[in-house]
Amino acid sequence: MAVMTYREALNLALREEMRRDARVFVMGEEVGLYEGAYKVTQGLLKEFGDKRVVDTPIAESGFTGVGVGAAMLGLRPVVEMMTFNFSILALDQIVNSAAKMLYMSGGQYNIPIVIRGPGGPAAQLAAQHSQSMEVYFYHVPGLKVVRPSTPADAKGLLKSAIRDDNPVIFIEAETLYAVKGEVPEDPDFTIPLGQAVVRREGTDVTVIAYMGMMYRALEVAEELAKEGISVELVDPRTLRPMDTETLIGSVRKTHRAVVIEAGAGFAGMGSEIASEIQEEAFDDLDAPVERVTGENAPMPYARNLELLKTPSKAKIAEAIRKVCYA
Amino acid sequence: MITKVLMPKLSEAMETGKVIKWLKKEGDPVKGGDVIAEIETDKANVEIEAFGSGALRKIIVDAGGQVPVGELIAIIADPADDISAVSAAPQKPAAPAAAPAAPAPAAPGAASTAAPPLPAMETYQSTPATSRVVPMTPSIAPAAAPATRRVKASPLAKKIAAQGGVDLRLVQGSGPGGRIVRRDVEAALSAPRPAPAAAPAPAAAVAAPRPAFVVPPRPGAEFEDMALSPMRAAIAKQMPLSKAPVPHFYVTSEIAMDRAWELRSELNALEGQPRVSVTDMVIKACALALLKNPGVNASFRSDPQGAAIRVHHRAHIGIAVALEQGLITPVLRDVDVKPLSQIAAEWRDLAERARAQKLRVQELSGATFSISNLGMFDVDEFSAIINPPEGAILAVGAVVEKPVVQDGEIRVGRRMKVTLSCDHRVMDGATGARFLQDLKRLLEEPLRLLL
Amino acid sequence: MAQTKTVMPLTRLDADLARRLLTQMSLIRRFEEKAAEMYAMGKIGGFLHLYIGQEAVAVGATSTLRPDDYAISSYREHGHCLAKGSDPRRVMAELFGRRDGLCKGKGGSMHLFDKSVNFLGGHGIVGAHLPLAAGAGFGIKYEGGDQVVLCYFGDGAVPQGEFHESLNLAALWKLPVIFICENNRYAMGTAIHRALAQTEVWRYAETYGIPGEAVDGMEVLAVRESVSRAVERARRDKMPALIEARTYRFRGHSMRDPAGAVYRTKDEVEREKQRDPIALFSDRCLREGVLSEADLKAIEKSINDLADEAVAFAEASPEPPPEWLLTDVYKE
Repeated sequence: MAVMTYREALNLALREEMRRDARVFVMGEEVGLYEGAYKVTQGLLKEFGDKRVVDTPIAESGFTGVGVGAAMLGLRPVVEMMTFNFSILALDQIVNSAAKMLYMSGGQYNIPIVIRGPGGPAAQLAAQHSQSMEVYFYHVPGLKVVRPSTPADAKGLLKSAIRDDNPVIFIEAETLYAVKGEVPEDPDFTIPLGQAVVRREGTDVTVIAYMGMMYRALEVAEELAKEGISVELVDPRTLRPMDTETLIGSVRKTHRAVVIEAGAGFAGMGSEIASEIQEEAFDDLDAPVERVTGENAPMPYARNLELLKTPSKAKIAEAIRKVCYA
Repeated sequence: MITKVLMPKLSEAMETGKVIKWLKKEGDPVKGGDVIAEIETDKANVEIEAFGSGALRKIIVDAGGQVPVGELIAIIADPADDISAVSAAPQKPAAPAAAPAAPAPAAPGAASTAAPPLPAMETYQSTPATSRVVPMTPSIAPAAAPATRRVKASPLAKKIAAQGGVDLRLVQGSGPGGRIVRRDVEAALSAPRPAPAAAPAPAAAVAAPRPAFVVPPRPGAEFEDMALSPMRAAIAKQMPLSKAPVPHFYVTSEIAMDRAWELRSELNALEGQPRVSVTDMVIKACALALLKNPGVNASFRSDPQGAAIRVHHRAHIGIAVALEQGLITPVLRDVDVKPLSQIAAEWRDLAERARAQKLRVQELSGATFSISNLGMFDVDEFSAIINPPEGAILAVGAVVEKPVVQDGEIRVGRRMKVTLSCDHRVMDGATGARFLQDLKRLLEEPLRLLL
Repeated sequence: MAQTKTVMPLTRLDADLARRLLTQMSLIRRFEEKAAEMYAMGKIGGFLHLYIGQEAVAVGATSTLRPDDYAISSYREHGHCLAKGSDPRRVMAELFGRRDGLCKGKGGSMHLFDKSVNFLGGHGIVGAHLPLAAGAGFGIKYEGGDQVVLCYFGDGAVPQGEFHESLNLAALWKLPVIFICENNRYAMGTAIHRALAQTEVWRYAETYGIPGEAVDGMEVLAVRESVSRAVERARRDKMPALIEARTYRFRGHSMRDPAGAVYRTKDEVEREKQRDPIALFSDRCLREGVLSEADLKAIEKSINDLADEAVAFAEASPEPPPEWLLTDVYKE
């Protein structure tokens, strides 16, 4: 077991998969010479050369389409979005080409592409650079969507994503790149897509959260333990396909659920999870499912307003107390 | 080679087309690709081309003719071909996949309150047939939420309550809006039974358990419905107008309880008998009075089929119990055939369980008559409100010592005031009064209660 | 208006080649007419974009390819798909939405794919397949191959950002992609001068530093000649190219567009029909004695039979079973 940062874990995953399969290549803005805007691809150009580590001009739609076209021929591109906010430019290629090619061609052309990069709120990056972009993708049949919270998840899930024969949207977080964690050393260590994980066991309430919110919820859980509230924290890891079995199983045990998401709440991930919980576990619920979400406004620049936009620890604690009638 | 010229489908919504004019005459030579006619569709005028070559042998639909899509409108063939088979039978082609089977929208004004139905969607297409006009759906104000007395409980709480036999109506909810949640039901399940009220009779004397009382078989219907006489029907109609929904009237009587009081003391001095209270005697007296006055042991029923007065042939009496959170009325069944001792024992048990909130659902319903006693609160008299669908309720005040006239002299007597509230749709003043008179007599000659 | 840069060489026509080219163009023509007929009868639903009038481009260009080369096109791709070698019966079945169609009935007219002949589709979003073409070129180069990619699109795609992104990437990375713009002068109802500041489409090549030329798209041999040079260059030097084939569609944009009379004059359409590519070529073959009248009749009969066979096959094929709704969403 090694200890490394989230960023290093991603780097190692890319390296291992590129060594393992010659069809895997990396493409994106500044991934080669610059060594990555967030240094995730550091050293890859040196090891693999410019055929397999391809710097692109600023043309998201164009180079994502190139990735899809290459995938049609059997290659396995890992396309980097410098941040996922820019993926909106490539939405047509992702949704209309990558996601649907297998279906429209009646099974002839699958697209084993990974589109990865950081996403979600950071620090005062303001409205256009702070979006929780998973919302745009997890709705689309044909796409898989992953949000890894820990270094071990980042490594294990990225490897699985690269080995998956379908288009995978892999959204990391700027704020997590420096987080250190334990990561298995085995180059064949992978985490299957579609598998949630229980981060903290508890008995009173199931809290569902991922990425930065997961860490925040963990802190709240430790504090509430002192008040006698036992929180079970579940991290879905893959948003689509979602491991509803683990989530529902936990709610059946605790009888209460709180879902946390950083993005604006309307029609967000929380609404889908809450809907599934009440459909599957209605009789086990002692309280309605509570959602704690980002505010429905673009991300403001001012620091104090930015802090108000995403769920605070206080808001999370309040929601947990509410469902526990505490 | 024979080519059938069919009315083409030129847009998804197109159902019929009209031939504006033929650009070739019968007999003219035709090459594949030649424009042969102008067609009017729902969107525009369109020229159609021939798909085959030969001659325009026969025009079947002339200019001005309007036919459904897919119908034969002309025949192109070589001059030598025999087209009789084709032109003879009217050609109905395989219906185009989008043939709608839409019901016509409701005629305007047909349903005054309900919104008219929208035209049906064509089979597996997501666009409605554009040839029909989509009616303007009137905005219907949402119905005001009915004032319900639904129990609010979380699904989990309901599940646990059902499993544990807890009546949610008796549970206090601690959640928002009075929602009953798990811990409330669990608290109800584990609440200790309150210690029975200290009984003066020594426990040893009543060691032997009473044999269970068996209600004798009761042949005959539980009740019969009597159709309203014209006078009754008229009264039933009038009464609610002045006092909706149940038109109450009240009859009061003061009962001399001296002899009943004495009898009670004597009974309670007997060994091996359950203690009898004034309430028990009132209950028994009511039951006997109801037997004599079946018009009071009745309910007003307003079925959709018509109204009727339901006369009960059994006396199930509900006796109100005050709890901290409100009032409940456990029901003593078949009181008319139970002896006083049985009534006393059952009533004590019911009252205890009522206070401990451990009543079963069937013990809270089915009363044909109710009694409410506020005597323990030193109330002289009061009027109770009838529990629908019963026809009457007796309100009992305290037994008080007061100066009374007896044989021309002032004496101290025990008096108890009772007020009978009656549903005027079910009975008149005289009926109620007669009941009360009988009740008075039974309690003033209490030995009758033992018969 | 067409003033082509290339001069048409008077090549000595090979009878085999002539027969092949004429047969393919005629098959596409007959197939499209049949498709129109079937659409009018309600057997084909949705959108149907006919290739009638543009046959010389698909046939001339494809005639330069090897079977392991790739082709990709827009939603007006029946002709490109058939020229690449797809079975007309399976194409028609796909248009009918039946289970024996190329894509199990799940793609339809705008999404014809055929991996067995390296036809990469059939795409519904204008301009979206150009980056895919560049990607295929990228893939070829990555694997060290020498195949090429023909990418067909219309004048309507030229203003789309992805046209420029794709040409830039192909030029920058030297990808073996030949971008063939079939300029039929109208993007749906918008004439080219109302859409492009630069209406000489072949000139965009200069901006990206790649070879570009215009060619008479109604002359199958001219198209063949121009594309074959580009294919050679791509194979050998990994040099992309932009070829503007000037052509015309004799029918409307789609079946919903009545012969396109709102935005073009009938006179113009009639005039252009005088340069029917099939008639031009067959006349020339007859004139130069390369093919006889009997040859032409034989070709007509064979493609008529094929077209009828395609319809019969499509009719006979059942609808896809309900379970296929949820298959091919993910590859397991």
